[in-house]
This record gives sequence, C-alpha cells and structure tokens, in this order.
Amino acid sequence: MSSHDENGIPHTTPRQSATFTSDVNSDIRRAAATGIYDIRGGGAKRKVPNFDDLLFMGASISRYPLEGYREKCETSVTIGGLHASNPIELDIPITIAGMSFGALSGPAKEALGRGASAAGTSTTTGDGGMTPEERGHSSKLVYQYLPSRYGMNPDDLRKADAIEIVVGQGAKPGGGGMLLGQKISDRVAEMRNLPKGIDQRSACRHPDWTGPDDLEIKILELREITGWRVPIYVKVAGARPYYDVTLAVKAGADAVVLDGMQGGTAATQDVFIEHVGQPTLAIIRPAVQALQDLGMHRKVQLILSGGIRSGADVAKAMALGADAVAIGSAALIALGDNDPKWETEYNKLGTTAGAYDDWHEGKDPAGITTQDPELMKRFDPIEGGRRLRNYLKVMTLEAQTIARACGKNHMHNLEPEDLVALTMEAAAMARVPLSGTDWWPGKPGTGY
Amino acid sequence: MQTFDLEALGLRKLNSTLHEQIEDTNQTAWEVINPKGSHAIAVGLDSPIEVTIKGSTGYYCGGMNQKATIKVVGSAGPGTAENMMSGKVIIEGDASQYAGATGHGGLLVIKGNASSRCGISMKGINIVVHGNIGHMSAFMAQSGNLVVCGDAGDALGDSCYEARLFVRGSVKSLGADCEEKEMRPEHIQILKELLAEAESDAKPEEFKRYGSARNLYNFDVDNAAAY
Ligand SMILES: Cc1cc2nc3c(=O)[nH]c(=O)nc-3n(C[C@H](O)[C@H](O)[C@H](O)COP(=O)(O)O)c2cc1C
Repeated sequence: MSSHDENGIPHTTPRQSATFTSDVNSDIRRAAATGIYDIRGGGAKRKVPNFDDLLFMGASISRYPLEGYREKCETSVTIGGLHASNPIELDIPITIAGMSFGALSGPAKEALGRGASAAGTSTTTGDGGMTPEERGHSSKLVYQYLPSRYGMNPDDLRKADAIEIVVGQGAKPGGGGMLLGQKISDRVAEMRNLPKGIDQRSACRHPDWTGPDDLEIKILELREITGWRVPIYVKVAGARPYYDVTLAVKAGADAVVLDGMQGGTAATQDVFIEHVGQPTLAIIRPAVQALQDLGMHRKVQLILSGGIRSGADVAKAMALGADAVAIGSAALIALGDNDPKWETEYNKLGTTAGAYDDWHEGKDPAGITTQDPELMKRFDPIEGGRRLRNYLKVMTLEAQTIARACGKNHMHNLEPEDLVALTMEAAAMARVPLSGTDWWPGKPGTGY
Repeated sequence: MQTFDLEALGLRKLNSTLHEQIEDTNQTAWEVINPKGSHAIAVGLDSPIEVTIKGSTGYYCGGMNQKATIKVVGSAGPGTAENMMSGKVIIEGDASQYAGATGHGGLLVIKGNASSRCGISMKGINIVVHGNIGHMSAFMAQSGNLVVCGDAGDALGDSCYEARLFVRGSVKSLGADCEEKEMRPEHIQILKELLAEAESDAKPEEFKRYGSARNLYNFDVDNAAAY
C-alpha cells in the first residue's frame, strides 16, 4: 500500500473501528447470509469481573496457617439436611452440573458419573431424562426437573438421590432449551417422545406452575411422591439473586443452585449468552445475604456455578459464602473437549481448539457433545472418568492449600475477610476491600 | 372399602399409606373424605388400586399416577394428573389450569369443563373433556389424544408436535403451526374407544381433528414471525 496518493498527499493510517470490530462485522455478514441468529454452546466469552480479580491474603502474625498435608483441612459437605431424611453427603465441595443426555453422548454421561463417584461427589442429569449409564455409574445422582419434562417419570424420580427443580440457567436466564435436529438420534427422540430429526425447543417456563406460591406446592408434591426422603434443590440463573434465593427458600428448597452468566449451555442464541444475566462474582453476596437475612445460611446450602475452573475459584466462592460449587464446562474440558490434539479437525470446522462451541451441530471431534456413533467411539468413558477424577482431586488439593494458608481446618471456614480485590468492580461485587485499602464501593458507612 | 379421613390423619399419612399398597394388595378400594381442597392428594401412586375422593381437590391431585384409578367427586385444582404414566383419573366436576400437563400415558376424564393449558406438553396421555377447554390448550403437545366434546378457547395446539386434538364444538382460534386435519377411519376408531371409556355419548363423526402443520419443525427464516 503506498503511503501517498498521486499528488503526494499522505494517506492516513487505515483505522479499524472500535465499534465495528472484525468480530462484529463477521456477525453481521453471517446474519445477512443465513437469516437466523447465531446458536452456540458454552458460556459468555466476553470479559467480566471474575474470581481472577480477587486474591487471598494468606496468614500473617494475626492469623496462623495450618501445616500443609499434616493438619487436616476438611472438605466434606452435607446438602439438603433441612427437610430430607436422606441428605447428600459429599467428600468434596465440587459437584458436576446438570448436562443433558442429548447434548452429551451416553459415554460422556457415563464418564461424568465415573469421575464424580471416584472423587466422592455427585453428578446431575439434564434436559432429556435419566440414562441407565449415568444412574449406573453415579453413586450420587441429582435428577433435574425441567420445564420440558422430557423423560420425566416417577420411577426415575424415586431412583434419584436428590431432585433439582430448574428455574433458570446462567447462560440464558428466561430461556428454554434447544436441541437441533442433527442431534436427535433414535434414542434421543424416543427418550423425549418427539419425532427424529426435528429442532427441539424446550419450554422456558414450567408447564404446571408459575410463581413462588405455586413452587411451594410443586415442592410439596415432589416430596410426597418421594416420601420426603431426598433433598430438593432449586436452580436459578444469576438474575435477581437476593429475591430468587429468598423465594426459593420460602418455597421450601433444601438447597439453591445459583448459576452465573459465564455458565455454559449446550446450545442457545449467542445474544442470550452474552447479554442476559449477571456475572458469577456479582451474584454470590446478594444470595448469601438473602440466606443470612432468613437465618438460613448453612442450613439451606448454596451451590454456585458459572465459570469455575480451579481450586482457587472454589476457595473464593466458598470464602464469599457458597457451600459448594458445580462445574460443567471445566468437566467437559477435563474429559477432552476442545483438546488441541484434534486441531486439524477443528480447523476443518472453521474453528480452533479452545474456541470450538458449535456443540449443537453434533460434529464434536472429541466425541463428547455428539450422538454420532463414529465420533462417539473416539471417547473412552473409563479414561474420561479417570481424567475427571484427577481434575476434581487437583481442584480439591488446590482449594485446601489456600484454606490451610488462611488457617482454616474446614473449607467452610473461609470467609470474605480472607480476600481482597484487584479492581474497583470486583471490590464492589464481592464486597471485599480493594487491595491496599480498607474500602469497597458501597461499603456501609463510607458515604460512597 | 377403606375410608381415610384426610383432615384427621393428614396428607403424609394418606400418600404413604397409598404408596404401601403393593401390586397384589387386597385393599383395592379406598375412599378419601374431607379433602377440602388439599394439594398433592394421591400423588405418585404405583399400584392398581381405586381411590375415590369425596370432595374437591387442590393442586396436582393424582400427579405422576401409575396404574391407579383415581376419581374426584368434586372439582380439581391446577395440574391434576400432571405427568400421569398410566391408569385413570376421573374428575366429576371441573378442572383448573394445566390438567394432564406433560402426561405420558393413561386416561384423564374431565366430566365438566377444563381451564386453560389443558394437556400442555402432553407426551402420550389421553384426555377426554366432556365440556369446554380454555386457551392455550395442548401447547407444545407432543403425543397422545385430546378429545373435547364442547368448545376450545384461543390458540389451541400452539407449537404442537404429533398430538391429535379432537374438538366437537367451535375452536376460538388455532395457535401457531396448528391446523385442521383430515378425519380418517383410524381417527374415528380412536375416538370411539376413548369416548366409550370416558362414558361420553358424543358421536365420533361430530368431531374435527387438529394437529401440527409441521412448518416449525426445523427453523426457516421465512417462518420467523411465528417463532
Ligand atoms: C453441554 C452442557 C449441557 C447443559 N445442559 C443443561 C441442562 O440440561 N440443564 C441445566 O440446568 N443446565 C445445563 N447446563 C448448564 C450447567 O448445568 C451449568 O449451569 C453450567 O455448565 C455451569 O457453568 P460452567 O459451564 O461454567 O461450569 C449445561 C451446560 C453444558 C456445558
């Protein structure tokens, strides 16, 4: 490109717009070519304040640490002791989030069960019902009760170790499910009682209740059907956490699952994933506040999800008041999703390892988010289960390392006072001091 | 006949007693008195017993029923027979919203009228309503038969899949992707059997059939207005 025109006048440097970025322009071109919104899997990809913006201070003269590996740091957690005669006892505070059979293959569900059971934690069904693979391989299985009620039946309900009423998901608060025709195999179609090959829409609202007063009666019905034995969780998206948690507790939930906007989904509109919902970091304190105001913190357990990746994230979530966390995307990565070893195949699909999110198309090179028998063969559920167990163990060890450094003999003893924030935003959301100060925006009594 | 006073003994005792009845119990006939609109009466039953409720019920009466025959001698609140798998639920009076929601099997008979969202998301259940049904009935209905001897309200069968909807009277409006369909001999046969089982003397020939136009089964930009 010449730097001057034919009259010798210098060209200005070509300047890309900060508004019309190449990403935005490619979205516009895609929309213009297809006439349909972009559907994808995964969670919000935009940068939002998150756990990386928090740090633990560690021990000092006033707080002494525990000896690594020698002095115990407990990780167990009991979920659902409030109303259920058989609460769930977990060895580690990290659970596997609900992911549907249909979105995931049968062997992938089996691997989640194997890995979770070996690590002493629970796994969760999803839209599409309970498969024998996951019931058989999960020592503790949470059965989701979703608006679609695909595959819902009282026999499976009574086989569950807990029931999770899904009101919302962090990736799409107010949105229903989607499973596109490519993934509706004979087995998926039969379980959902729908024709093969059609695009399946799961409803966004429950068909037989609306509002908190109805929810209370729905919980009563489920308890009566299951003899008040198993805990009932209510899963909500990170929309209005203070009110949602208050209403869930009032309706009689034993535990609340709270899912922030970074949380993954099998498939929904990109615009939903990126623009609806609140960041995980921002929803914890209002939720904990609601439990505290009701005198229910630690009695009704709070399970947090949405972008949890490491033991540090687990420790931070718990320090802010969560009783446990749930992981979806991270578990899939541990199984082998988005592994660079499939790079040439990702390239053929027009993407690259780490960015592959067209899970709804059912062409997953790693054989996890697919119903294609050939692709499924690439995935070994025993090996996958082992990898997930390893990863869960590492996360637990990491979280314990931090808790010991803060002088805690149980993960639940971590507290907001152990944390500082690196940014004003994170300080405001987590309600912990900005590093180097004793202040956060909105701190009571500071006048800001 | 075993008589159970719900007011005196409480809901937990009622449902646990009914759940204890095994397949070949000889206590097959039960009568529940004083229901007084209580919720979750006779839910999750799993044996071929007959339960008669003398009075009106609240939400979810007969929810998730399997094998049992449940009769309400009165009216039923929202979500009666929701997610029923098999067996029979008979409501002598009217039924509130979402009757038979998501039901997978069995027969729900409503001798009076049913409110809105009757048969919402139904997955194989058969429902016969002697009177009228309210708006948004059979929304996203997947399979099974909904038979209405009276009239249907607005938006019948919106976004329905393969369920068959039979209406004898008028239909205020059809929902998105729902259309009138041809009545073939097999449909007359289905109606004949269901009407007989539901003790209705309506004639199968008097009904019209509605179902999915199947235009929304796979996304098409030209149908965007219907989504
Ligand atoms: C492939 C996939 C399928 C999912 N299916 C469901 C589902 O059926 N029901 C549900 O409540 N959430 C579903 N979710 C959301 C998860 O339960 C969870 O909220 C989310 O994955 C947590 O965020 P994370 O992925 O960042 O860990 C799904 C997520 C993924 C990645």
